[in-house]
Amino acid sequence: MRRSAVAYGFLFPYLAVFAAFWAWPIVQSIVYSLQNTRGAVPVFSPSANWGRLAGDPVFLRALGHTLAFLVLQVPAMLALAIGLAVALNAPALRARALFRFAFFAPIVVGEVAYSTVFRLLFNGQYGAVNKALAALGIAGPDWLNEPVSAFAVLVIAVTWRWTGYNAIIVLAGLQGIPRELYEAAEVDGVPRWLQFWRITLPLLLPVVAVAAVLSIIGSLQLFVEPQLITRSGPGGATETLGTYLYQQGFRAFNFGYAAAIGYAAAMLALVVSLAQVSLFRSRT
Amino acid sequence: MTSRRPGRGALGLHLTLAPLALLWLMPLWLMVTYATTPEADFLQPGVPLGLGGALADNWAILLAQTPFPRAIANSVATSLIYTACSIVLTSLAGYAFAQFRFFGRGVLFALVVATLTVPYVVVVIPQFVLVARDFHLSNTWAAVVVPPLFNSLGVFFMRQNFMALPKDMLDAARVEGVGELRIFFQIALPLVLPSTAALGIILFLQSWNNYLWPLLVLSRADAQTAPVALGALVGLDRVHWGALMVGAVVMTMPVLAVFVFLQRYFIAGITAGAVK
Repeated sequence: MRRSAVAYGFLFPYLAVFAAFWAWPIVQSIVYSLQNTRGAVPVFSPSANWGRLAGDPVFLRALGHTLAFLVLQVPAMLALAIGLAVALNAPALRARALFRFAFFAPIVVGEVAYSTVFRLLFNGQYGAVNKALAALGIAGPDWLNEPVSAFAVLVIAVTWRWTGYNAIIVLAGLQGIPRELYEAAEVDGVPRWLQFWRITLPLLLPVVAVAAVLSIIGSLQLFVEPQLITRSGPGGATETLGTYLYQQGFRAFNFGYAAAIGYAAAMLALVVSLAQVSLFRSRT
Repeated sequence: MTSRRPGRGALGLHLTLAPLALLWLMPLWLMVTYATTPEADFLQPGVPLGLGGALADNWAILLAQTPFPRAIANSVATSLIYTACSIVLTSLAGYAFAQFRFFGRGVLFALVVATLTVPYVVVVIPQFVLVARDFHLSNTWAAVVVPPLFNSLGVFFMRQNFMALPKDMLDAARVEGVGELRIFFQIALPLVLPSTAALGIILFLQSWNNYLWPLLVLSRADAQTAPVALGALVGLDRVHWGALMVGAVVMTMPVLAVFVFLQRYFIAGITAGAVK
């Protein structure tokens, strides 16, 4: 019993912050989502926000964009990260430190700093991308002012920022694969590409799954990039759950509705996490 | 072994990776060259691949738009305070999870783990109401620093490190009658100091780059952190891109320099959260 008292003594400072700024807000968020907060006094009304979500075209579009981002960007980025990790792990690679720097440097660059850079790079008039294309004789699109290309810019920007991060996770997984497996395959004359499919990829799967879950949860709350690079535009074409929550919560100050949007994102994250857990429980 | 002699495979590897690496470095390099490009040159054709001479002019424009040195000072101060506080809180908690068996340990740890997979957007509204509306702490350092301290990265990270400590040694100190807090601060913590440094770097970076939360609680120009100050300039009708890039460079280059020398600490911090 004395041990418990000592342990809780050590835990207390962190738990106090944890309770006040995480556990309590999660509960409070449910309460807000069940209230109509548009009047002077919040009124209990479960349908005010949850009913509105189902029929709100802006929310449904934001949800659609977020899911499209998740389905298109995350797998592409993870495939790139796996390729990159394998390449950076190759014994034949020279100037390894230089390559690592090139791909890992973006992980320290702040979201705001890199978002401003990408907004400038993809500016239709004077951005570097269209100037480079013009030098090749190609007339680039007005990237940020057309729905599809604006969405593509977000995909490119997030891929630039996070591929190295995921490659680091995959690299750690690669280094956990026993070398003997490859040596045995080498003795049996298994070609390199088959070694990759039969040894590397299956053994990387758990680590890639973790990277996937982290990336998906990140995508579900995508905010800074659509806020600063595309400003949710053109005409709401890159509105995400994150920007819509910000709009409803901190521009319209409708806390109840914003809390419901946040919970919608959280429920999607929960589904993804549970899918990952059950997938790997049944496999092992 | 084929890996000994650089054959065709090795050549292909380098020929694929080198252009990709250049492409990856390009946004950072252009950020620097744009920061030195005169405003008038932005409409010229051609990509500014080399440095220009307008760094001082662009800096002056930035200062005319926003009190940026003040914002940098706010960022440095809040990030340092946050890092120190988070290290203390999470290493105490991580130590408890690693070294003691106590009632409710499993449930508590599961709750703490959950913070990593629950999107932050769920808690942001009540956090804001608590800090800005209930406690009227907007535009204070406390508002920026305290709520993000729920971050549990340090709890796992330090728990793992403390689990590696030999329990016999700590028990020997207990037999000698040394107090629990002294055992923690004078024996356990010094033994994991290098890992604590790694954690500190990651936490500082998170705070230094944090945007959404400071944006919500900081409205006064003299209270803003650098990301908030810079983010506000993107939304203006007339954007001074050169000035904006100077701000981005000032925010990015110091951490990039630290990254060059302490890369393995960053990597340790990332893999600690993801692998295991």
